Amino acid sequence: MKGFQKYFFVFLVTCGIFAVGWYLSSYVNNKKINQIKDIQNKIAIDILSSETQFSLLEELSCQDLSNSVLSKEIATIADKISYTEQTTGNRDEVELLKKQYTILQVKDFLLTKRIAERCKQKINTVFYFYGSKDACSECVKQGYVLDALREKYSALRVYSFDYNLDLSTIKALNSIYKIQNSLPSLVVNGKTVSGFKTVEELEMLLPKELTNPQKTVTKKTSN
Amino acid sequence: MPFSEIAMYTIVFLALYVQVFFMVTFFERRKHLNKLHDEDLPVLTEFPTVAVIVPAWNEGTTVHGTIESLLNLDYPKDKLELIVVDDGSTDDTWQEMLRYKDHPQVRIFQKENGGKHTAVNFGIDNTKADFISCLDADSFVAPDALKRMINVFQKKPETMAVAPSLIVNKPKNILQYAQRVEYNMSTYNKRMLAYLGAIHVTPGPFSVYRKEVFQKIGKFRKAHNTEDQEIAYRMQEHHLKIDHCHTAYVFTSTPNTVKKLYKQRLRWIYGFINNTIDYRRLIFKTKYGNFSFFTLPSGIISIIAVCYLSFALLYNFILFIIKKITEISIKGFDLTFSPHFDLFFINTKTIFFISVILYSMVIFSIIVGTKLSKQSKAINWHIVPYLLIYSVIAPIWLLKAVWNTITKAGQPKWR
Repeated sequence: MKGFQKYFFVFLVTCGIFAVGWYLSSYVNNKKINQIKDIQNKIAIDILSSETQFSLLEELSCQDLSNSVLSKEIATIADKISYTEQTTGNRDEVELLKKQYTILQVKDFLLTKRIAERCKQKINTVFYFYGSKDACSECVKQGYVLDALREKYSALRVYSFDYNLDLSTIKALNSIYKIQNSLPSLVVNGKTVSGFKTVEELEMLLPKELTNPQKTVTKKTSN
Repeated sequence: MPFSEIAMYTIVFLALYVQVFFMVTFFERRKHLNKLHDEDLPVLTEFPTVAVIVPAWNEGTTVHGTIESLLNLDYPKDKLELIVVDDGSTDDTWQEMLRYKDHPQVRIFQKENGGKHTAVNFGIDNTKADFISCLDADSFVAPDALKRMINVFQKKPETMAVAPSLIVNKPKNILQYAQRVEYNMSTYNKRMLAYLGAIHVTPGPFSVYRKEVFQKIGKFRKAHNTEDQEIAYRMQEHHLKIDHCHTAYVFTSTPNTVKKLYKQRLRWIYGFINNTIDYRRLIFKTKYGNFSFFTLPSGIISIIAVCYLSFALLYNFILFIIKKITEISIKGFDLTFSPHFDLFFINTKTIFFISVILYSMVIFSIIVGTKLSKQSKAINWHIVPYLLIYSVIAPIWLLKAVWNTITKAGQPKWR
């Protein structure tokens, strides 16, 4: 090859390599999205199964029921969706995954609440409404606080919701809990608080049975 | 797409373009390269006179070995003269040189210190040989190197200078092994640049020039202490052909500490930047061919790319540290080691796959370069320390060279 012919040929080959890179990336990212979909399908089946079991409550003991509810994978899937959101260019697919995940979380909450009521159990929940990095500069910190709380109190159920997600379920939650556009916002056992909250501040909002069970038991015994 | 991603893709595209350019050249010339590589020692039709100039400044420990390696060259003794110039050394270089004062092939000179280019020019002024070469006093030549290089001149009369392959002499530590990998890769790059007629440096260790080169374009200049680069630029400007003889091996001593390597590379990069600025008139001019459209732009792009990547890396590292500090301040320091690893979290962006291809091409060039340099295949394992060491320290000398150029802080010294 002579002169600029070669420069053009090399340009085409380089573009070809870029196309191969793009194809490989799309292929692997689609596999990842399918993996999340599979997990979500599994969670959906788990919840449906629990709902069915709930309908058959009379035939099940509370012990059996509470053990069967909720897939453990619901917590890990959030990280995967968040990572996929940051690394893939396929925004539509990610948004769909987030919507499915949001609905699964709400279904999980409702079912857990009904079972708790029927079995006379106390549940502790935190709804966490977050926004994008631009809209909510303190959401990253708030995420760490909730991770720390979740690690500290395994019985605490934390549900995360993207405030800006275009989904009627989110709008309903915003309306029920009167969430304003001041993120992060938290709903701790039904009580709404806005702005960043530390671990200690959130612990004050949680019942003593959860945060200090030994002292509570001692007090009850002494009475 | 954010600016940072556009910049990153542009840099990777250009880096890939350079590697593809080399690789296409390699496959175009593969047969010729194989023929050259398997060629037996050439039988020269005639032996022109050759002068090898050895500029020595405080080379008391190595000058003797350098002279001996030159005396062992497989070349008629009456056609080869050695001109050893002591450039105002303050050690025992001159005493070492005096051992050869009566040797029929060796002429020794002593002058005031004026820099390497003045010592070489002094040697040029004192010879009438047809071909002139110079050899740094820290390098040693393979006995058949000169014959092979003269053969190139005889086969291609239009060739005005020939560069050899540089091999790292007896590496002892990991830094020198890493440099050996780099030098082997340079052999591949230089061979490809020779095919493109676009060599931008005739290395100090044993490049051979026709006498006419100095008559036509003048002798060596100080040129930011990179006179071997500047003369190559000048030759390209005057359309004087530079070739590469990859089977002519010159063994050179390399820095054995990071500090020495830093100083050497700072000088090289500073020289490249400033020589390129001095010769900016050559860039993107059709009459200067691939040197103008490939060598110089790719060098400039690599400097801009490393500067950008260094700052981007530093910025991301600072963000990461801030994030970690925030996390630890909230969650506490977690000493428990979690071996859980999920393949899901491996980055599978387009840039990842292209980078893998790019690195594969770099490794290909190292392997071919190693083969061309006739080095042991075992050293290929040193690719890992090479990539690690150079990724960390190369941006430092490059940024410093850019900084010195911008602030006019002055050119780096030889040592």
